[in-house]
Amino acid sequence: MPHDIEKHGHSLLPSDPELKVKALETALAKNGLIDPAALDEIIDTYQNKIGPKNGATIIAKAWLDQNFKNDLMTNTMPILEKFGFFGRQGEHIQIVENTPEVHNIVVCTLCSCYPWPLLGIPPTWYKSDAYRSRVVREPRKCLSEFGVTLPNNTKVRVWDSTAEIRYLVLPMLPKKYKDFDKEQLIELISRDAMIGAALIGNVT
Amino acid sequence: MINKAEYRPFNEPWHAQIFAITVHLNEQGHFNWNDWSKVFGAALSSKGSEKLIINDDDYYLIWLKTLEKFLGDAGKIQPNEIIQYFQDWRAAFLNTPHGQPVNLANLSAD
Repeated sequence: MPHDIEKHGHSLLPSDPELKVKALETALAKNGLIDPAALDEIIDTYQNKIGPKNGATIIAKAWLDQNFKNDLMTNTMPILEKFGFFGRQGEHIQIVENTPEVHNIVVCTLCSCYPWPLLGIPPTWYKSDAYRSRVVREPRKCLSEFGVTLPNNTKVRVWDSTAEIRYLVLPMLPKKYKDFDKEQLIELISRDAMIGAALIGNVT
Repeated sequence: MINKAEYRPFNEPWHAQIFAITVHLNEQGHFNWNDWSKVFGAALSSKGSEKLIINDDDYYLIWLKTLEKFLGDAGKIQPNEIIQYFQDWRAAFLNTPHGQPVNLANLSAD
């Protein structure tokens, strides 16, 4: 980042990528391809309206209501659409349920496909080469680095997202939280648990 | 306490801006998301061998470079326009007194 504002009379000079993005935006706006106001709206949506709380709302409801859960698992897209959580890029979302037998973890080895409507923008580690290249090869090792240790007889299943299909993990709810109400449950559900990189109640 | 970790979708404003430009162009029907994903995925994987993506800057720099080429190949922008506007913005920042809004009208404030 540039610095030393006081020494120069001019405005803080942005970094090259910042200037490049401005140049791209100017060119696209002059060519009539984008509306700068729409960009602000998209950023506001992803900063303030979409985020892991959307996913947590769905998960908490699924834990509390078996019928809702059944519908969610079998009829995912129409259910999510009712909540307004649908993919702006037209992708499908599949819910994968953790059980004592199988633990699910999600990656996008190709790039960084992610269930945006439910979790917002992915964290840095999800986009990193290290995670994308390693989790398929050595999922248990990656999980242990996230602080997740599974029983030996729990299998790990890795789901590789694509532009068309994104996954959301339905974590297991530990018995000690059985009496929690919806709001309390939502607080328990971390973003990482919905990617499969954490367990519920597993503070990292 | 578990879900209190602050959700920070973007670490830098330009990351948000390039993301929004891409989503907006797609929503306006200027390209298919699948096509973008393929090109971006290919760029990320070929990059994998040179420099690893460790932070968001690494990631969005590849995004920016790929989008520029993608839009250039599709004839949506001309490379020379980008170079020109890049220089214009740079000049505008250099010519705008600190504290005043910077825009391309300040290109030649001297």
